[in-house]
Amino acid sequence: MLKENLNGKEGQIRIPSGCAIAGLFSRSGKSVSGETIVNAMTVMHDRSNGLGGGFAGYGIYPQYKDLYALHVFYNNVSAKEECEKYIDKAFEVINLSRIPIRKTPRITDEPLIWRYFVAPHHNKLMDSQLDEDEYVVRAVIRINTSFDGSYVFSSGKNMGSFKAVGFPEDVGTFYRLDEYEGYCWTGHGRYPTNTPGWWGGAHPFSMLDYSIVHNGEISSYDANRRFIEMYGYKCTLLTDTEVITYIVDFLTRKQALTLTEVADIIAAPFWSTIESKPPKERERLTYLRNAFSSLLITGPFSILLGFSGGMMALNDRLKLRSMVVAEKGDMVYAASEEAAIRMMEPELDRIWSPMGGEPVIVTLEGGAEQCR
Amino acid sequence: MPVDFMYPEYEIARNDSRCIRCRVCERQCANEVHSYEESGNFMLSDESKCVNCHRCVSLCPTRALKIVKSDHCFKENANWNQAAIKEIYKQSGSGGVLLSSMGNPERYPVYWDKMLINASQVTNPSIDPLREPMETKVFLGKKPERIERGPDGSLRNNLTPQLELAMPVMFSAMSYGSISYNAHESLARASRELGIFYNTGEGGLHEDFYQYGENTIVQVASGRFGVHREYLEAGAAIEIKMGQGAKPGIGGHLPGEKIVGDISKTRMIPEGSDAISPAPHHDIYSIEDLRQLVFSLKEATQYKKPVIVKVAAVHNIAAIASGIARSGADIIAIDGFRGGTGAAPTRIRDNVGIPIELALASVDARLRDEGIRNNVSLVAGGSIRNSADVVKAIALGADAVYIATGALLALGCHLCRSCQSGKCNWGIATQRPELVKRLNPDMGFRRLVNLLTAWNHEIKELMGGMGINSIEALKGNRLMLRGTGLNENELGILGISHAGE
Ligand code: SF4
Ligand code: SF4
Repeated sequence: MLKENLNGKEGQIRIPSGCAIAGLFSRSGKSVSGETIVNAMTVMHDRSNGLGGGFAGYGIYPQYKDLYALHVFYNNVSAKEECEKYIDKAFEVINLSRIPIRKTPRITDEPLIWRYFVAPHHNKLMDSQLDEDEYVVRAVIRINTSFDGSYVFSSGKNMGSFKAVGFPEDVGTFYRLDEYEGYCWTGHGRYPTNTPGWWGGAHPFSMLDYSIVHNGEISSYDANRRFIEMYGYKCTLLTDTEVITYIVDFLTRKQALTLTEVADIIAAPFWSTIESKPPKERERLTYLRNAFSSLLITGPFSILLGFSGGMMALNDRLKLRSMVVAEKGDMVYAASEEAAIRMMEPELDRIWSPMGGEPVIVTLEGGAEQCR
Repeated sequence: MPVDFMYPEYEIARNDSRCIRCRVCERQCANEVHSYEESGNFMLSDESKCVNCHRCVSLCPTRALKIVKSDHCFKENANWNQAAIKEIYKQSGSGGVLLSSMGNPERYPVYWDKMLINASQVTNPSIDPLREPMETKVFLGKKPERIERGPDGSLRNNLTPQLELAMPVMFSAMSYGSISYNAHESLARASRELGIFYNTGEGGLHEDFYQYGENTIVQVASGRFGVHREYLEAGAAIEIKMGQGAKPGIGGHLPGEKIVGDISKTRMIPEGSDAISPAPHHDIYSIEDLRQLVFSLKEATQYKKPVIVKVAAVHNIAAIASGIARSGADIIAIDGFRGGTGAAPTRIRDNVGIPIELALASVDARLRDEGIRNNVSLVAGGSIRNSADVVKAIALGADAVYIATGALLALGCHLCRSCQSGKCNWGIATQRPELVKRLNPDMGFRRLVNLLTAWNHEIKELMGGMGINSIEALKGNRLMLRGTGLNENELGILGISHAGE
């Protein structure tokens, strides 16, 4: 079901929702089956209400790792034909197929779900004078805002988001995630406070290789949205995840800030904490809070940000949502509940609750902290 | 001529059984309303001189006095109301322009009162300001477009000069001359105590107040009174006054009788000469000229101070603000049509300009549409009456607000709207030493500090209710507002939904 047949709900009004999130990451880049993350979500069944679930996996398309993988929902065949014309114009399509699914009675009304491995059309890219990523971002925004009945819900390299209306464990079964392997997985179960969920509105929300799963309802939403829309982003879903993803993209890709700096902006320390720091650090934190004041996020949130080669877990500055992080060997786990982590790995080396605003950033061994 | 006789608007109701003939009212009234009748041992009043400033009422030891509206009336007429008729009599008698003071009192909509603020329930928590930090500090000034890093990869502080405010409220421009020395001292000391700023207005800065420079915004207006190098360097920021909400499009006029002593010295004009600020700046006939003045002032102060450009809210305000945002200015102050004044032609005050709520909303939206909202900070004034107005202004998109009438009320002003007479019984809008000394700056400053401290508590309370613990997350957060009784157009301009939506 796509946005226009929703009687104008999601994407036109803002719908708060509660949620469950979980993530796993292998620092050594070891491949882990998608089944693991699905199992973690299963134990948090009660934190979702069946109106949205989803996953993101990294390192899942090694054979096409240099191509952008577009995952697209289509309302119907004519929407698909229309959109494919555009995709063909903008990109060289190396491979396309339906995304394989397993029918389950608990997931119904599915749209057409297609996957394209693409590279920007060389001449078009040159003409546009944009870098590759920006070119792809603009094409995706174009499809999502001007092609009725088409919605690109994943557009990164060697990664993919999978989401649907349903409980997360059913969504995992539906997308046959047990058949994928990756070094990083995140999962999400949604508890929206409205009736019909929309497939595109489920999490993760992704853009290029960033994906965000989020639990919370941010009170700074409109301040953040109206600011970020100045920089070419269009918040069409009116969800927190969408705006947080754009903020992360803006700060890391366009402003070239590190993830620690991003955390110092979106979950900035209180002024009283900043005052107590040594002069250099005080100046740095004051600078970031002042220069990017409209990107401070308030209200409860816990997010897992996935990106190529890394994952970041972050809580709002008051820690108004639960989140625990754990380690076992080279593996790092994060989830709304400890039970979900124990489901993935019963024997842990260490488990803790990060402080509000204190990011936990993990990257592949040998990789930098920088997203890009 | 009998036609010129006007029955007074107010009557003095003196309860004779309470009156002890102490004659306080007589001594307190600079308008000479009260007098004592020796032979009969009773008090007389000439209400034709009464401006309804409540000075006598407040000081009468036995509460024998009150001022009531006269029930004398003209024949009812929905078109030719009492004020309209009287103004004709006045003007046909005097041949002069009608003068008024303080802000536009007419019945135009007050949009603040048609907007309601949100609060959290269930899906996200409200935050208790008594238990959790709640932040109201703001920085005003341009934000950098890109970050820069030093050779070691650390962030370079590439911010242009900023103003740091402990809370998002400042005292807006009121010149020394239009208000008294003691009023200025109260404002200056309160700003220092509160960690905010007051504004000199266009009359220069008295040498006694240079010590409050860190909390002072110095103004440069079209008359350039009192502007010199040390003056520019004395303040934390410089404000170019292009216009004022109470009288958009016209200049200022401080009559010669107020240009006495220190005021003449501070303004750098001879005693007794009228201080006339021309309507436009004669070096600014266009936006590129404004840019030159902005940069001349920056040059003169070695680029160490942010420059504010203050404009009146007029019809085309969004386009004007967009021009200013590209002029090199760091802050735009917009003054709504309810903004106060020491004196303005009545017709202008009551008929020119637009409400600040609409002006602010459309400027903020325009600057965002053009992607230049980060070039400048926005300060809204004229008129902000309480902490809820502050919260609503910030949610519409202001970085901070200016207050002036509210500050004068805290100092004792009773909004009698007679400032132009120079006989303010509360020691505010006057230069008569015996009246000025009625305003004790020790108390005045304390009352201003109390007022804004109280507002700050209320702002935090309102923010906590919305689940917001830092004021920057409220800025431009229009989802936190809903309109009541507004039409589609008004909602569209304000960029808010109707209550219930
Ligand atoms: S101040 Fe009051 S008590 Fe004193 S003379 Fe006036 S009316 Fe009478
Ligand atoms: S400042 Fe004085 S004269 Fe002016 S309105 Fe207030 S009380 Fe009246």
